[in-house]
Amino acid sequence: MSGIHVSTTINGDQIDYVCEPEETMLDVLRDRLGMTGAKEGCSTGDCGACSITVDGRLTCSCLMLGAEAGGHEIGTVEGVAQGNELHPVQQKILDHAALQCGVCTPGIVVAAKALLEKNPDPTETEVRYWLAGNLCRCTGYDKIIRAVMDAAQELRSA
Amino acid sequence: MRYEAPGTIEEAATLLARESGIARVLAGGTDLLVQLRAGMIEPDLVVDVKRIPAMMDIVEENGGFRIGAGVSCARMGEHAALVAAWPGVVEGAELIGSTQVQGRATMTGNLCNCGPAADSVPGLVAAKAVATVVGPEGRREILVKDIPAGPGKSNLKKGEIVESIFLPKRPERSGDAYLRFIPRTEMDIAVVGVGVSLTLDADGTITEAGVGLGAVAPTVLDVEDAAKAIIGSKLDEAALEKLAAAASAACNPINDKRGTIEFRVDVAGVLAKRAAKIAYKRAGGK
Repeated sequence: MSGIHVSTTINGDQIDYVCEPEETMLDVLRDRLGMTGAKEGCSTGDCGACSITVDGRLTCSCLMLGAEAGGHEIGTVEGVAQGNELHPVQQKILDHAALQCGVCTPGIVVAAKALLEKNPDPTETEVRYWLAGNLCRCTGYDKIIRAVMDAAQELRSA
Repeated sequence: MRYEAPGTIEEAATLLARESGIARVLAGGTDLLVQLRAGMIEPDLVVDVKRIPAMMDIVEENGGFRIGAGVSCARMGEHAALVAAWPGVVEGAELIGSTQVQGRATMTGNLCNCGPAADSVPGLVAAKAVATVVGPEGRREILVKDIPAGPGKSNLKKGEIVESIFLPKRPERSGDAYLRFIPRTEMDIAVVGVGVSLTLDADGTITEAGVGLGAVAPTVLDVEDAAKAIIGSKLDEAALEKLAAAASAACNPINDKRGTIEFRVDVAGVLAKRAAKIAYKRAGGK
């Protein structure tokens, strides 16, 4: 087994790590870097609990090798809040009680933030389609959708 | 497993050709990573092509579009000129998976996995798209429809990689469309998929057509009889019926949990008519 040295940027910080060729980005984040915000749900790209951004583009970290990250900008849920100040998407998820067990929530936060950066004024249909790859088995989605719509409005009026 | 990310396609082809064990190309990885995780394959070598600049761009070339093999489906949807020229090809590519998958998945990967239900392939077949392949013996061009050999099997030789897919220049009054049937509204595998591309003359008569059918045979089909059924027509009711009959007649599907043989044969005809109507309208026909 030969480790691969990777130099990348995670949430704005320059990070270096060594990983095995078969390790996913999710494995690297959780097991090597101690960033356990991204969750392993299905590990087949269906559930979105491991969502991150790569150069601003939403991605499942289980569908990417750790070795692929070199030179890219990775964004994870750990980088969403500014210190103690939650991002509006996070605050609205709390305000609307849009979570129960919380396993899908980090992925929803990363995905919703990516949507609002691309489309600050989405329709409900657009939010639902964008989040179709983020499965939640608790809430029934309505509260999540309301939270994202509310966060969008707050961000627009800010 | 070794991971390599060469900077040129020639290096990539050489790495693949020299590997005596199992080698795989990594583009978006949305199929490969799943296969790795499930233990379906245990490659000795994975060659990541995303560090090869020529494979990462959409380039306008002689009035057509060359789409690099590493370009994600999401980027295709963001390319206004490509969407305007080939809306059907793009809508097929944009049906693959979720937003997360869209950001990584590539049309070339979808093609080279050789799944019969690959959503981006019927539109490419209808468009008569051409793939540029680089291998140990140099560069060659091959029609997209000739790449799949069967489920999970391609006609590419050892060491060969698809570098790009070329969509030719569109004559005026051209349009295309892709429709699929799935039991849900999103995130599912096509039970039937139909791509139709056509060109009209000034009075709305179809002068050229292509029909690609997915999920109804071991490979995506190029249904010439279906194209012939509408060439020379203004897509009147009689031509649509002939189109549907030809599409259904070409089917050689399996029964599975998603659909029966009878259902697939019937739906292929229905979707062919609907896709042709959309393509006709997009071409400016009335």
